[in-house]
Amino acid sequence: MQIRSPEFFPYVLVLFLWLIGTPAHAALDIEIFGGGATQIPIAIVPFAAEEKLSQGITPVVAADLQRSGLFRMVDPAGLAPHEPVEVVYSEWINRGANALVIGSTTALPGGQVAVRVRLLDVAKQVQLASYTETVPAGQLRAAAHRIADLIYEKLTGDAGVFSTRIAYVVKEGKKYSLQVADADGFNAQPVIEYTEPIISPVWSPDGKQLAYVSFENKKPVVYVQTLATRTRKAVANFRGSNSAPAWSPDGKRLAVVLSLMGGSQIFLINADGSGLQRFTQSSGIDTEPSFSPDGQSIIFTSDRGGSPQIYRMQITGRPSGTAERLTFEGSYNVSPDYSRDGKSFTFIHRNGDKFNVATQDLATRQVQLLTDSKFDESPSFAPNGRIILYATEVKGRGILSAVSSDGRTRQQLSTQAGDVREPAWGPLPRLQ
Amino acid sequence: MKKIFGVLLISLLAACASQTTQPTPEVEDKSIGTQPGMGSGATTGEAAPSLNPLTDPNNILSKRSVYFDFDSYVVKDEYRSLVQAHAQYLRDNGNARVLLQGNADERGSREYNLALGQRRADAVKHAMTLSGAKESQVESVSLGEEKPRATGHDESSWAENRRTDIRYQGE
Repeated sequence: MQIRSPEFFPYVLVLFLWLIGTPAHAALDIEIFGGGATQIPIAIVPFAAEEKLSQGITPVVAADLQRSGLFRMVDPAGLAPHEPVEVVYSEWINRGANALVIGSTTALPGGQVAVRVRLLDVAKQVQLASYTETVPAGQLRAAAHRIADLIYEKLTGDAGVFSTRIAYVVKEGKKYSLQVADADGFNAQPVIEYTEPIISPVWSPDGKQLAYVSFENKKPVVYVQTLATRTRKAVANFRGSNSAPAWSPDGKRLAVVLSLMGGSQIFLINADGSGLQRFTQSSGIDTEPSFSPDGQSIIFTSDRGGSPQIYRMQITGRPSGTAERLTFEGSYNVSPDYSRDGKSFTFIHRNGDKFNVATQDLATRQVQLLTDSKFDESPSFAPNGRIILYATEVKGRGILSAVSSDGRTRQQLSTQAGDVREPAWGPLPRLQ
Repeated sequence: MKKIFGVLLISLLAACASQTTQPTPEVEDKSIGTQPGMGSGATTGEAAPSLNPLTDPNNILSKRSVYFDFDSYVVKDEYRSLVQAHAQYLRDNGNARVLLQGNADERGSREYNLALGQRRADAVKHAMTLSGAKESQVESVSLGEEKPRATGHDESSWAENRRTDIRYQGE
């Protein structure tokens, strides 16, 4: 079929593309529901002199830890130690705190701020961690997130994800905006804006690029955009539809879904758009690829068995491997995302007339339903595997929600106006 | 027959270009190959010669949507005659081109719905080519759930959005 002549689309649609310089919109608003089974009681004393800074540190740290659902804040009112020698442990034991955070800030010449933090174990009366950092005043939120990561890591044993970023699409009126924000919803920045749909953003493993699907040319095309430079390249722009990008863990390749050879099938392509190679070979729909963390296999959605289910197939280099079916409960299981430890995946399970977030353990095959809402979509694991970010709907509006991987804590992230959707959680910053 | 057709087409185009009497109801047509009235005499004898069969509300060709069940891309029997009529029109009008746009309702995965919309467009294309349309006359694309015609969040809106639209070149 050779009819992609310009005359075939005689209706002219003007596309607006703003290459944006200004940080737009208010931050995402956050609401938290529920809490973990065992919450660590922690007291965070406002740091010395932080009230003189443009941005306080301890409020950001406290909000981060509370959002995780794993901490309970103990009020430090009336007590204000900033150095270990000033700490009277019995006072904190009386208030029920297990952990205590103290620290100080010092404004330096040239707009720099020195931040000093100590994490103390109240019961054992020992210092668990100390941390000193000098940052420009404009980066105090980032410093606070690093402190929250440190505390989270010391007290839970897991990596903190407070310094990570998320990407999502906001639809407001006829405008679609791909945005990147801090994990707490602050510092939202538009990456690209169009009057045609944008879907399926995914982070490169180094966090420097986003791949996404834009309909700006009247059909889905996969782009890779470098965040720092805003330069971008159409990596899959073949005849027909191009969509569902996924990065290989080494960042060298993408899996994409093309209708190039009929149907919707998964292909592998180098990140620069070269070396196209067919991966799946079925007569049905194969889509939504997600790489295993070791890069050896891909899980994906396929209707080859009559209904959409999750399958796994090894990357062998040969054109057609054997796909193993992973999901068996229900007639609609879609949108798989591999956990970073490779032990489980999250997906959307149709549960009666509801579409909910679920996880499945790859070893035991056990499925856990994590939500009870009506229309959940696009689940994305946090890099520490403890939280799943997804899109849902509240009162007819699209919002983002996050659920802990044990299903106990949920939080909602919404914007002032418009629908938020298609979330993707970025990698840990230390991998960058 | 084909040659005569071509000559006719050119003269019609010329007529159109000089803005004479050719009626072009509702549709602004700047393309070639789908001039109103072309197919009426040849394909549907009962239509008035001045009416465009593609837009004549009494002609089955004015019906342009094929609807599907949830998570299905099977063209239902009730749409067979509609698809066959368009296939026949394409067969009789070799210059006519259609774009088939597959759509899905908003529930479930956007990417799966994009693939589903593609299958819905492909299914109509397949039925059309089996009934005599040439492969080169039919292009199938998917809009997934991204361009809903009905914007409600209920079964009637979802049913409306599970469809393939038949759009003639120039429409």
